[in-house]
Amino acid sequence: MSTYDKLLDVQRVTAVFHIGSIIGGTRLVAVNDVSFSLDRTRPEIFTLAGESGSGKTTLARLLLHDLEPTSGAVIFEGRDLATIKSRKDTLEFMKKVQPVFQNPFETFSPLRRVEDYLYDTAINFGRAKNRRMASVVVDEALHLVGLSLEEVTRRYPHELSGGQLQRVSVARALIPQPRLLLADEPVSMVDASLRMAIVNLFRKLRDEQQVSVIYITHDLATAYYISDRIAIMLRGLVVESGPVNEVLDRPLHPYTQVLKESVPEPVPEQRAQWIRPIDLGTTEVKEYARIGCKFAGRCPRVMDICRQTNPPDIHVEGRIVKCYLYQGQESS
Amino acid sequence: MALLSVQNLRAYYRTEVYGISRIVRAVDGVSLELQRNEIYGLAGESSCGKTTLIKVISGTIKPPLRVEEGKVHYQFGSFEIDMLHISPEDLRRNVRWKEISYIMQGSMSVLNPVRRVITTFYDIVTTHQGYTDRKAFLGQVRAHISKLGLPPDVLNLYPHQLSGGMRQRVAIALATIFQPSLIIADEPTTALDVVVQRGVLQMLKEIQAESNNTVLLVTHDLAVHANVADRVAIMYAGRIVEEAPTSLIFNAPRHPYTQHLIRSLPMIGDRSSRASLPGAPPNLANPPGGCRFHPRCPHVMDICRVEVPEMMTLPGNQRVACHLLAEGRR
Amino acid sequence: MWKVTRDLFKYDGRFRIATVFLLAVLILAILSAVSPYDPGKTFKVPQDLPPSWGHPFGTSSRGQDVFWWMTFAVRNSLFLGLVTAAVSRLIAIFVGLTAGYRGGLVDRVLMSINDSFVVMPVLPILILLSFLLRGQLSLLMLAFIMGLFGWPWDARLIRAQVLSLKERAFTRTAVYSGTGSLKITLDEHLPFVLPVVFATTVNNMLWSIGMEVTLSVLGLSNVTLATIGTTIFWANQHQALVAGVWWWLAAPVIIAIILFLGLYLLFSSVNEYIDPRTRLRLIGG
Ligand SMILES: Nc1ncnc2c1ncn2[C@@H]1O[C@H](COP(=O)(O)OP(=O)(O)OP(=O)(O)O)[C@@H](O)[C@H]1O
Ligand SMILES: Nc1ncnc2c1ncn2[C@@H]1O[C@H](COP(=O)(O)OP(=O)(O)OP(=O)(O)O)[C@@H](O)[C@H]1O
Ligand SMILES: [Mg+2]
Ligand SMILES: [Mg+2]
Repeated sequence: MSTYDKLLDVQRVTAVFHIGSIIGGTRLVAVNDVSFSLDRTRPEIFTLAGESGSGKTTLARLLLHDLEPTSGAVIFEGRDLATIKSRKDTLEFMKKVQPVFQNPFETFSPLRRVEDYLYDTAINFGRAKNRRMASVVVDEALHLVGLSLEEVTRRYPHELSGGQLQRVSVARALIPQPRLLLADEPVSMVDASLRMAIVNLFRKLRDEQQVSVIYITHDLATAYYISDRIAIMLRGLVVESGPVNEVLDRPLHPYTQVLKESVPEPVPEQRAQWIRPIDLGTTEVKEYARIGCKFAGRCPRVMDICRQTNPPDIHVEGRIVKCYLYQGQESS
Repeated sequence: MALLSVQNLRAYYRTEVYGISRIVRAVDGVSLELQRNEIYGLAGESSCGKTTLIKVISGTIKPPLRVEEGKVHYQFGSFEIDMLHISPEDLRRNVRWKEISYIMQGSMSVLNPVRRVITTFYDIVTTHQGYTDRKAFLGQVRAHISKLGLPPDVLNLYPHQLSGGMRQRVAIALATIFQPSLIIADEPTTALDVVVQRGVLQMLKEIQAESNNTVLLVTHDLAVHANVADRVAIMYAGRIVEEAPTSLIFNAPRHPYTQHLIRSLPMIGDRSSRASLPGAPPNLANPPGGCRFHPRCPHVMDICRVEVPEMMTLPGNQRVACHLLAEGRR
Repeated sequence: MWKVTRDLFKYDGRFRIATVFLLAVLILAILSAVSPYDPGKTFKVPQDLPPSWGHPFGTSSRGQDVFWWMTFAVRNSLFLGLVTAAVSRLIAIFVGLTAGYRGGLVDRVLMSINDSFVVMPVLPILILLSFLLRGQLSLLMLAFIMGLFGWPWDARLIRAQVLSLKERAFTRTAVYSGTGSLKITLDEHLPFVLPVVFATTVNNMLWSIGMEVTLSVLGLSNVTLATIGTTIFWANQHQALVAGVWWWLAAPVIIAIILFLGLYLLFSSVNEYIDPRTRLRLIGG
């Protein structure tokens, strides 16, 4: 498959931060040699999951051209993001790739009306010439998320509920008619009763509007519910990836297993499993600096080799796993 | 005798800014009882009044919040108090930390960023009860921390050197140092990821199991309640709509709002479509009349629009406030 | 605007007092237009008369009516304060917003200019300038010069605020809405910065009016011009207190106090009103 068949092609990207002072500081590889791609013709919801501080947001920033990779490349519709420099090209790119942020109350300035952002987007991306023409476009986008212009007109952010705001945020992102949405924990601040409204919305966008979504979360239950594929991140590395039902029904990497086990199931009868004590491990920075598998420090099935070298990608049972347990079981 | 009994409590925020006055009916007719040695879960969506209820229960009422009506009565081992009439001095000296510990929402920020963890705690405890023997206090804290399996050196670190989960566990450990009768934890894990959340809640549960005290756990995450709480109360727009032992709440919810919440919970291994509830929670400055859920209720009847439903007790210690029950239709 | 003023007047005591004080000072300044005496002329009235109906603030040893002289003094001092504040606010806003939002090289260059102004000793420089230009230093020029010195602290304050605003998600929302950086600065950041600007305006006016007093008392400004400062200068020159002509000194001092208090109260009240948090509560009502 040539790069051009792909909507998004992430090629071995790495992002390094220098933390601490200039002298005596350390390197932190927040995104470590990550590769994956999204198909151009078949829209899908791709989940990036992992603990806090596993590099999900940093990866999202790389994909949004908000941060330059230290090495590797992000290719969108055949174009390397590193070649986007002029304002015109940037606008052209933003037209195709739009973000949805985590906290709906922070997404809009408290001193501005939310509709202003919608009008700005419509006009800046050339979907309308003036405010009056834009109102049609804006209303259309709001209808896609189950709202109407009437409901948000003249409202300030605090006059709308979190769920409404998050849907306005999605509506705004849809106005330029993007091919890809990057949603960084879009429901973690939204109540349970509104969470499903947003999550269902992503499903609908994929099926009816041909929009692909990269869904970032640590909530595996909603990830299972909406996504097609999933990549599990651990301290900058993708340690397991594949179709979501494969990966979550039968997780192979011990880290994925811990992650899945830690999701509280809404079934009181099964609580014995959940409240079994777990090891929370050392600090984040220490795990980042670890040689060998980053999970070795808290892995229940750790072997000697895990502490010495990085496990390679192993293709097994329809997915890719970075774990020595599966060495020798490769499927071709 | 219950540890805490709250009767028909109403607490409103009355604000006035440049002539515009506003009443937010954040807690509007709540009754509940907490028993000894139980974990009581309080759930409900954002701004339904959970934190407000807890502020009243813990005696941290500050204007513009005012208690309009109701009773908050505690029966501790040796003495009882009326929270709405206790003197601040008495509260500080005899109740806070010793009988009631309150781990506030966002308590990650309770720790002073420029002081070591232990110093902050020493300060808080001394201002609350005039504890003076620093050495004895430190020794006690160290013992407690290590008993809970936390590394003792965390006390000498600054808050920013701790991860979010560690900070929250330290806060819980220190709040429980005097083995209070009641531990109130307001959204203790909302900002944390699932693995850390699990660790923090396990610790809370361990502490409870060991000292047999009562925990009032507030979170809007029902799946957490399913795994931690003994009883769960569901709050909607300033009122409790249903309260029952955990397994009844999850297996046989009676209130349409609870039913909806339970049905909409996603689960790994199940991709069947889950509907979301239309509409948004009401504005508490101007709530709808009658049952506050009626504008969103799929079973709404005429009576729901005018009359506030009474709390009814069903077999199995399940309490529900819904007109459908009186109608005997469900 | 009218409604806001009315609400503030109705519900904020500070605002009421400020209005009264500032109105009084303002009326005094406006009255200069109908003064029967020219402030440039001396010995038009008998000397050293105590306050009376004919001369409400008495007369000075230079044979001038203190009341009418003060109308000019207040007018000129206010003018100086306002021009200085306007000039320095404009520079501060421009530098603060640009440095904060652009960051990088622009920020470093602007901030090093800023810092050189911070460390420059203003008073000696002003004294030197006044000394060199003595007599020719018009009020407007003085105001501009002080304006050039009055911005660096506030520019830093604004920059710091913009730096934190830049990290907020809504700035990123605006960026991904395709909004250009100038418009982001004006639409997203300026509203948060305005309270700081207002708060610092009062400081700046107090500073510049006070600075003028200092220069005048030292006899370094154009002392033929009536200002609050030169009034005190002349009174001192004639040893007003020793001579028992206390009203000559009392008038500028009391008026200065009323002016300063009025400004302070006005801005603390308005500032609270335009503080984003108060505004939030308000639009929330
Ligand atoms: N600008 C930065 N400078 C230095 N370190 C950074 C920077 N941004 C992120 N990091 C570090 O990189 C690591 C990954 O952070 P990132 O925000 O990508 O994680 P995340 O998976 O999004 O976590 P969360 O679930 O908490 O949002 C963390 O250790 C973080 O401290
Ligand atoms: N200091 C205050 N002044 C005025 N109104 C307030 C104040 N604090 C809270 N409120 C209002 O009271 C209502 C209940 O708020 P409360 O904080 O109790 O909700 P909550 O259930 O704890 O929500 P969350 O899950 O978001 O913490 C809300 O409508 C809120 O806006
Ligand atoms: Mg993140
Ligand atoms: Mg709360």
